[in-house]
Amino acid sequence: MLSTNRESPPPAAGRAAMKKELADQFKDHRHVWVFIELERDQVHPVSFELLGEGRKLADKLGVQLAGVVLGPPGEATWFAIAEAFAYGADLAYIVEAPLLADYRNEPFTKALTDLVTNYKPEILLLGATTLGRDLAGSVATTLLTGLTADCTELDVDADGSLAATRPTFGGSLLCTIYTLNCRPQMATVRPRVMAMPPRGNNKIGRVIQHKVSMIEEEIVTKVLGFLSDGQSATANLAYADVVVAGGLGLGAVENVKLMKKLARTIGADYGCSRPLVQKGWMPADRQIGQTGKTIRPKLYIAAGISGAIQHRVGVEGADLILAINTDPNAPIFDFAHLGVVTDAIRLLPSLTELFTHRLSPHSRDKLAN
Amino acid sequence: MHIVICIKQVPDSAQIRVHPVTNTIMRQGVPTIINPYDLFALEEALQLRDRHGGEVTVLTMGPPMAEDALRKALTYGADRAVLLTDRHFAGSDTLATSFALSRAIAKIGEAFGTPDIVFTGKQTIDGDTAQVGPGIAKRLDLLQLTYVAKIVSVDINGREITVERRSEGGTQTLMSKLPCLITMLEGTNEIRRGSLDDALRAARSQIVKWNAADAGIEDLAKCGLRGSPTVVKRVFAPPERAEKAEQIDTAEKTPRDLAEELIAGIFLRQPALESELAFDGE
Repeated sequence: MLSTNRESPPPAAGRAAMKKELADQFKDHRHVWVFIELERDQVHPVSFELLGEGRKLADKLGVQLAGVVLGPPGEATWFAIAEAFAYGADLAYIVEAPLLADYRNEPFTKALTDLVTNYKPEILLLGATTLGRDLAGSVATTLLTGLTADCTELDVDADGSLAATRPTFGGSLLCTIYTLNCRPQMATVRPRVMAMPPRGNNKIGRVIQHKVSMIEEEIVTKVLGFLSDGQSATANLAYADVVVAGGLGLGAVENVKLMKKLARTIGADYGCSRPLVQKGWMPADRQIGQTGKTIRPKLYIAAGISGAIQHRVGVEGADLILAINTDPNAPIFDFAHLGVVTDAIRLLPSLTELFTHRLSPHSRDKLAN
Repeated sequence: MHIVICIKQVPDSAQIRVHPVTNTIMRQGVPTIINPYDLFALEEALQLRDRHGGEVTVLTMGPPMAEDALRKALTYGADRAVLLTDRHFAGSDTLATSFALSRAIAKIGEAFGTPDIVFTGKQTIDGDTAQVGPGIAKRLDLLQLTYVAKIVSVDINGREITVERRSEGGTQTLMSKLPCLITMLEGTNEIRRGSLDDALRAARSQIVKWNAADAGIEDLAKCGLRGSPTVVKRVFAPPERAEKAEQIDTAEKTPRDLAEELIAGIFLRQPALESELAFDGE
């Protein structure tokens, strides 16, 4: 929410907006939609995470859950639909056109706003990926409806309104945001914030095909090329099973390598909290937290990270959080499972050494015997 | 060419504190800065101007004190600054903000020449939504190029622009047309130090101050809280976890002792991990 003075009490004129007074034009909006993000033949896993969350919202509202797929004619697009059903959708909307092969704002915005205008969803969820954010902002502005970014919790309240909770003020507080008087109610959620739902049976539902009312000649923007990150290391941080991260407690840029060495030793991915990016010690795509990546590893080791809510929302889905910090009052100890009050710089080399000892093939063999 | 860049004055988020009792933000004494992401956009705008000629107009919407951010932008070398400030804008969400800014940009176009490019940072560090840039683009019917890492080329006469933008799995090279709106990624360029000349000029410069009427906004219902479809119903501190972290006693222990206990603690809680950790030690 880019706002000017949101924290001051709203003036009297704004109070009217706090009540739900849905205009007639919005009264027939029904159902929960999840935008299924398909880029370069790959469905982004955030779409399945959103289907899991959308399923809960749809069940509470007693409505159907739909997946929305925009893509080029071909197998990948239909595969995306099959996957949407497998992860809980009751029906699917599909727009198939060659001009939807590569993501461009113009045709995707047109196709999605057309679908919304025609089929009137009550709630529309998108992943807060680069694609999802680019698209959501355009669609919400075109439809003149509310859009809440980077939600960490979604719910339906007593009068059936979407209650979207997100961190605010740099992550120090949470706020719950409603779009009371416009439809659809739109929200984005970052990858890994919601749990991956189980993949169900190959249930198949109704598929509604729609045509995009646009031709290639009308689209100004052309894709000249695409350079894939391929196996680049950062691509998997959000989905890594084990993550080691460092914060300001590392004290100096040269100590970052102590953290990286531990990560390498145990086959973990690595990241950092925001201050290290701001200091230039680590690249932005390694940042973990509300504005960086959200992770849900089996094991998370936080070295010298104090654990502001901004960081907390990015890691609290981890199964086991281990915190190392010199400050016994650091907030990270409020949500870690196991903590040690000590200097991470001194502990990291010992951790690396002992993990090496314990995990080496030799000692594993001994254990097996 | 004429470039308009939107910046925002934000509290230095690292220094924000929450009142322990009232759960409200304590803004007193918190320094304000130009949103760090906007500086990369500003630098890109200045480089384009230096290369192709023309002017850079910097625009912000905010309280009167946001003038400080504009003056700072002038010291970096922006040619003109416009402050959009009016109590009617208070409480704007991203939709209302994009409306007000888009009207001001249209007015800037009338007053100082139609912009060829509108820049913003990829997002702000206080709101973090990344929604205002796309909102402005849609309101002004501009082509939008978000998460731009590099401007490969600009052909002013041919009205063409080529950029590299980050996508989830790689880098997309796009060719589009001017005018357009670009949101810049961080780390895209080295931010200059302003020259002494610019600093002197900035100190003397008049900042253009517009209220809603000056910016040509007649429909105040599209501004501020009234123009914001989203409503903040509740602000609260994150719920406390029932139990705090189990602490390992550190008294008179060497780092090696502590490491041993930590590792034992990990495998006690997650026995399966022991076989799953992919060992890569020497």
